[in-house]
Amino acid sequence: MGTDQGGSGRGHGGGVIPVTNRMAFLERRDRRLLRVAAVAGLVLAWEALGRSGLVRTVFLPPPLAVLAEGARMVAGGEIFGHLAASLVRILAGFALGALAGIAAGIALGFFQTAEAVGTPILNALFPIPKIALLPLLILWLGIEEKSKIAVIALGVFFPMAINTYTGVRHVDPVLVRAAVSLGAGRRGVIRKVIIPGALPMIFAGFKLGAGTALLLLVAAEIINAKRGLGAMINSAGDLMQTTKLMVGLVVLSLLGLASAWGLAALERLLIPWKDL
Amino acid sequence: MRLVIEDLSKTYRDREGRPVEALAGISLAVEPQEVVAIVGPSGCGKSTLLNIVAGLLPASAGRAYFEGAAEGGRPLSAMVFQEFALFPWRTVLDNVCFGLEEQGMPPGRRRRVAREFLELVGLAGFEAKFPHQLSGGMRQRVGIARALAVDPHLLLMDEPLSALDAQARALMQVELLRLWEKTRKSILYVTHSIQEAVLLADRVAVFSRRPGRLRALLPVPLPRPRGEAAQADRAFLDLVDRIWGLIRAEAVEAMAEV
Repeated sequence: MGTDQGGSGRGHGGGVIPVTNRMAFLERRDRRLLRVAAVAGLVLAWEALGRSGLVRTVFLPPPLAVLAEGARMVAGGEIFGHLAASLVRILAGFALGALAGIAAGIALGFFQTAEAVGTPILNALFPIPKIALLPLLILWLGIEEKSKIAVIALGVFFPMAINTYTGVRHVDPVLVRAAVSLGAGRRGVIRKVIIPGALPMIFAGFKLGAGTALLLLVAAEIINAKRGLGAMINSAGDLMQTTKLMVGLVVLSLLGLASAWGLAALERLLIPWKDL
Repeated sequence: MRLVIEDLSKTYRDREGRPVEALAGISLAVEPQEVVAIVGPSGCGKSTLLNIVAGLLPASAGRAYFEGAAEGGRPLSAMVFQEFALFPWRTVLDNVCFGLEEQGMPPGRRRRVAREFLELVGLAGFEAKFPHQLSGGMRQRVGIARALAVDPHLLLMDEPLSALDAQARALMQVELLRLWEKTRKSILYVTHSIQEAVLLADRVAVFSRRPGRLRALLPVPLPRPRGEAAQADRAFLDLVDRIWGLIRAEAVEAMAEV
């Protein structure tokens, strides 16, 4: 190279050393095909295992059989009774628990008296596995719907209250000062700064609560219910109707996915400023 | 209307509970339509003073009051923040509407007023954008429009251009000069840039640090309207030099501390 003056004097000749991308081994590619293949492969292997006769289908019914059973239960309407019973419980429980949790979290985060009284109580009750409260709730509220809804509501309440509280406490203080500087009082600050500022954390609470709600729903229904997805799974298990049991699991999985998608869509709608 | 700060002091407690004197015996006034800039090294309490005047922080001793303002009339002050402090969940228009909402102005009228001020700061057409969609300079224009919209007696500006890059900062300084010509607001302006203080202010208050004391109050002998060119003026350069001379030793000290 014409401009390479005296380079050879320092022990390297006139050769060309290209600059390579030394970060190449850290690059992550989008392996979409592999993702689809993984799920498809699992289902195929499962089907093959069922057909091969290596595993008795009464223990592991193949996917096609589960699909056929599901179609039969949909056509005959059998599934809808269970689904409706479960949906009523989980929606009622979730709504009650979420509303109470958000209200408690805002009070705890904003009012010092509420914080002093409430946080130790919250911390004392939070570690109790909520399903352990079901027998007590049955005594108080009866064995029917109320106790099931109450246990779900309690399960949702705690993550919602804690997340909302954290969200309220972490609202950017400069936004509060800006609001006060522009003339806002207590009401204005809570409504227009604290609540929207805590919304991302409240949504994180919704996601945690949704998982807990599904878990408690099924547990409560397995313990005592005539209808509902948990009851259906439980009785199918008792009768060795494994295919029907599997249909229940698939419906629960779809329910979980639907709630996650729904919440994500709602989040994009209500928090358009997030992640941007 | 005139802001009077009288023998004002502020002592707060640090994390170990020891008293720290942030401001000691500050007396200062801002006359109608006057721009007073406060400069000083880090830790001179200049932002603390601004927050006390805004009513966002209580003073330990002394007082700040407004002379000739009617009770329940226009708001006394509104603040423009270094961090912009725009509400991320509100559009540009709704950010400017915030203070007007709190004043109870009906929706139609406040939108009209907000649009007016957005136009004044050069942001017509950006009403529906969210703050994260704007550059730093544009965000601070929203912050300024939001504070001006409530029509305060005094505009408080807490290092409003410090978060901007050097080029945006230079442009915004000229923009502030233009805005003052249009609005003739009284402004109390905190900055650590001596050049900015001299360019924008009628008087520059030089603070010393730990505790913050008023070390000098210097009039700026530059005619208005001013523009970028004022910075080449002999009087401008002399005053910048003089203030730097007052601050330099303490700025070195401030840098040695955490």
